[in-house]
Amino acid sequence: MPPDEWRMAKDLSAEKLKHCKPNRLRAMVRTMAKPLPPFDPKQALQFFCEHGHSGWLGLKYSGHGVDWVELELPWREDLLGEEDRHVLASGPIISLLDMASGMSIWNTKKVFAPIATLDLRVDYQRPAKERSSVLGRVECYRLTRSAAFVRGIAHDGNRDDPVATMAGVFMTIQKDPRSES
Amino acid sequence: MKADPDKLLSAYARSLGIAVHAFDDDKLPVLTVDFSSIIEGRPGAFHGGATSGLLETAGYAVLRSVLVEKGLDPQLKPINITVQFLSAGKQKKTYAQGRITRLGRRNANITVEAWQDDRNRPIATAVMNILMAERSI
Repeated sequence: MPPDEWRMAKDLSAEKLKHCKPNRLRAMVRTMAKPLPPFDPKQALQFFCEHGHSGWLGLKYSGHGVDWVELELPWREDLLGEEDRHVLASGPIISLLDMASGMSIWNTKKVFAPIATLDLRVDYQRPAKERSSVLGRVECYRLTRSAAFVRGIAHDGNRDDPVATMAGVFMTIQKDPRSES
Repeated sequence: MKADPDKLLSAYARSLGIAVHAFDDDKLPVLTVDFSSIIEGRPGAFHGGATSGLLETAGYAVLRSVLVEKGLDPQLKPINITVQFLSAGKQKKTYAQGRITRLGRRNANITVEAWQDDRNRPIATAVMNILMAERSI
C-alpha cells in the first residue's frame, strides 16, 4: 500500500478494525483513497431498505439500464386497498414509483445527490393481479442543472400491459442560500 | 347516515398509521399520521410516497363519507393522482383533508391538502379523479 493509504488506515478506529481480515482492510483503504464508485442501484437499494419507508415496503431490486431502474414491490396482506379484493393499494404503488424515480436519476447521473420530488402524476390503468407483486420501471429522460424529468410504468409481469403510468419532476437540493452568512 | 371512521381507511392506510383525526363542521373527515420510521425517506423527513399515501387516503375518505351521507355505496377505483410537493415533511404529526371539487355520476374530482403546524402552509397538495362503479355481485 502507498504511504497515504497507510495514513488513512491509521486514522480508522482500532476498535472497528480489530476483527478485520488483512485483505478486507486493504480493500476498505483502497475504497477510501479513490473517488466514490459510480452509483450502484442494487447496492444502494439494499442500503435504503435497511430502514425507513422503503424498508417497510420491502422493495427489491429488479433490474437497471443506462437511464432506468426497475424495483419490485412484493404483495403483502397489510398493503391492500380494498376489503374484498386481494389487490395492492395505489398508495404503495406511488411509493414504489417515487423510489424507482429517485434511483433512475442517481443511476443516470451515476452519483448519489439529494433530490426532492416536486411533482408526481400517476394514472391507474387497471388493478394489479390478485396476490401479485408490482414492478415499477422508471427512466430518467432528461437532466438539467436543477431538475430531473422521469417517466415510468408499474406492471405485474408484462410491460406491454401496465397497471399504471407515471410522470414526475424532481429538483436537486442545493444549500439553502438563506443559511449562508 | 354517518360514515364509520374505520370504513374510511384501507388496510394499507391503517398499517401506515393513518387515523381519522376529526370530522369538521361539514362532517368531512380530517386524517392524521404520526411521524415514524416507516414514514421516513430522507433521514428526518417524510418519504414522498408516504405523503402521497396520506393525501390519497384523505381523498378517498372525503368521498366515501359524502357518499355514505347520500346513502350510496359504490366501489371506488383510482383513475389518477397528481401530487405537488411544496416543502419537506418534518418529523411531526401531519394532517390531511380532501375537498370534493365536483361530484359527477361516475367520476369525482377531488383536491387534497396536507399540512403540519399551520393549515395555511400545506406541505403537499394533490388532485385526484376517482371512478365510482356499481359493485358487481
